[in-house]
Amino acid sequence: MAREGLRIRAMSKSYESWGGYPRRVQKAVRLDWKDARLPVLDNGETFLPYGSGRSYGDQCLNTGGVLLDMRGLKRFVKFDTETGILVAEAGVTLAEILDITVPKGWLLPVIPGTRLITLGGAIANDVHGKNHHAKHAWGGSFGHHVRKIWLRRSDGEDMVCSPDKKPEWFAATVAGMGLTGVIVQAEIQLMPITSGSVAVRTIKQRNLEHFFDLCAEFDESHDYTVAWFDDTCMDDKVGRGIFMAGRLMNGDERGALPLRAPGGVKFAVPFSPPVAVINPLTIGGFNSAYRLLPRREHSVVPLGKFFNPLDGIGNWRGLYGPNGFVQFQCVLPKDEAASVIPALLKDAREDGHRSFLNVLKMFGERPSAGMLSFPRPGITLTLDFPFMGERTVRLLHKLEDRVIAADGALYPAKDACMRAKSFKHAYPLWQEFADFVDPAMSSDLWRRVSGLNGSSE
Amino acid sequence: MAKHKVMHGERILVIGAASAIAQEVIRTWAKQGARLFLVARDEARLKSVADDARVRGAAAVESAVLDVTEMKAQVPVLDEAWKVWDGLDGVLIAHGWLPDQGDVQDDARKVRDVIDVNATSVCEVLARISPRFEVQGRGWVAAISSVAGVRGRSSIYVYGAAKALVSHYLAGMRHRFAASTGGAVRVIDIRPGPIDTPMTAGMKMPLLADVSAVAPSIVRACARANGVVYVPGVWWAIMNILAHVPEKIWLRMKI
Repeated sequence: MAREGLRIRAMSKSYESWGGYPRRVQKAVRLDWKDARLPVLDNGETFLPYGSGRSYGDQCLNTGGVLLDMRGLKRFVKFDTETGILVAEAGVTLAEILDITVPKGWLLPVIPGTRLITLGGAIANDVHGKNHHAKHAWGGSFGHHVRKIWLRRSDGEDMVCSPDKKPEWFAATVAGMGLTGVIVQAEIQLMPITSGSVAVRTIKQRNLEHFFDLCAEFDESHDYTVAWFDDTCMDDKVGRGIFMAGRLMNGDERGALPLRAPGGVKFAVPFSPPVAVINPLTIGGFNSAYRLLPRREHSVVPLGKFFNPLDGIGNWRGLYGPNGFVQFQCVLPKDEAASVIPALLKDAREDGHRSFLNVLKMFGERPSAGMLSFPRPGITLTLDFPFMGERTVRLLHKLEDRVIAADGALYPAKDACMRAKSFKHAYPLWQEFADFVDPAMSSDLWRRVSGLNGSSE
Repeated sequence: MAKHKVMHGERILVIGAASAIAQEVIRTWAKQGARLFLVARDEARLKSVADDARVRGAAAVESAVLDVTEMKAQVPVLDEAWKVWDGLDGVLIAHGWLPDQGDVQDDARKVRDVIDVNATSVCEVLARISPRFEVQGRGWVAAISSVAGVRGRSSIYVYGAAKALVSHYLAGMRHRFAASTGGAVRVIDIRPGPIDTPMTAGMKMPLLADVSAVAPSIVRACARANGVVYVPGVWWAIMNILAHVPEKIWLRMKI
């Protein structure tokens, strides 16, 4: 009987990026089996694998081309509970992985802010978590714990690459934004754990200087560190907020929680309000209220809640309203951070842009596994702005210029506006990477920052 | 969704294990620790589904390649499925083929093929497993029919006719088991509305439901229903209305 071919679907399902900016109609085809043929496109049309669509900007869009919806490729292949080695198809989400592995005493060494992303997406962005700086084997970013990648090219070539076999393909594919070929499946190494909880120290952070001190203080004892700070404070109080340090508890510690599947999303923001609930007028209020809330110094937090608090609130981006929002995430060398971060916040403030979610993390010295990996030594800062049109884009360019001038970089996974020269400056291996890009693949972001595959929009 | 716990180690045979709906249901059963006997045509895809079920927690997974339209080939596979765990608690028949109506409606050979895949092969399997369940005196048998089988309409009647046949057959079996087993053997007619799967890809259909959204209803139906179950549930109301539209009006509807 007829085997289902790949059919282009008209857009009944909308394919968006997480921030809702830019919003462009996409065409998509599904890949449901790992032995299925890749789409054969004509007229120089390109395709791009699409996972959970958690990239904020245009990295997961391919306007004028086709998206390859990978979410049907969600099968596990093998999980060795003795060694913690897992093989799964690229469309499996980190949440699904954790639900299966945590009860058996295994945790992903690197967990980003959301576990609702796919395995392929985690590799394609070389995602990082709160433990990049950890000096033992389990720190670094996602690519450090990938053992093998099964890659399929548009010309039909299938390959398996690893740090030892075809290492140049491996280095191109890790953080390769999905452009080197379709990641069909991957083999990863998990980390053994004995409890389902994290011991957390929560400390009021006085300012940016204090952040550096706290990082140094907790660097050895606590693998997971992150700071959230208040953007209402300026001058010597800039960076005032909350510092969190987390340590996985041993199973025999008092108060440790049992190993349990972290579970999925609990309740959803049921609608996208027509007016942004989070806007410049309300942000100041949220920030101050958060800062003044009493905080316990020591607490025990279940894994799911510690790593991904926002996953518990489905579709939280709806709170930003219909115009969506943009994230600005950069990394700055440590000696530049103290001066550049206050300047970035001042720029935003003066331009009427307030940021609701300001996060600071420390990156360690470990060299990244991918040619275009974002993590590099320094401090990473994330700002969040409700999108207010052209003036937001202008602000982001201004911030971008400051970061590049300080020898920093922006994170493509969050980006919607970065200009080609900034990308090329921050990712000097981009040209070498371009040789590995599959001729039939492209993305809105890649066209914008590389200037290849025709002009950007 | 309330948890309907499958008895740990419940032994379930799935025919058409590579279908989109079956895969999703299998995942839930695997998580509940069921023992699964999976049957499909394509060996490689069957292995993918079986491996996935094992990792997700199935207590045991066996599989067999079978083209269910080959009548003689059914026998050894069904025998094996019954032998491996000394009986079965449930059977789900999930294979099917939705053709393009315009392509088949005037072609006798193609019509026969549609009916072979969607009805004849299903009933053959049902005929072979009925006596085993009757002797066993308990368990459940489920097959996936379709809302398309409820009333003949121009856009889909060849497929719909085959599905209507299956629904009728299941109803008869249900009636039989009510008497011979006191209702201890349940017969479930799963009647999906349009679901977003590779089978419906490229077809213009309204109200496409997500397969992961209907899977819990199907798992629940297999766990406790004895009758017709529409998934999503709203199709019960829609089809009841459509079934009762007077013929004169129906004939004028473009549907």
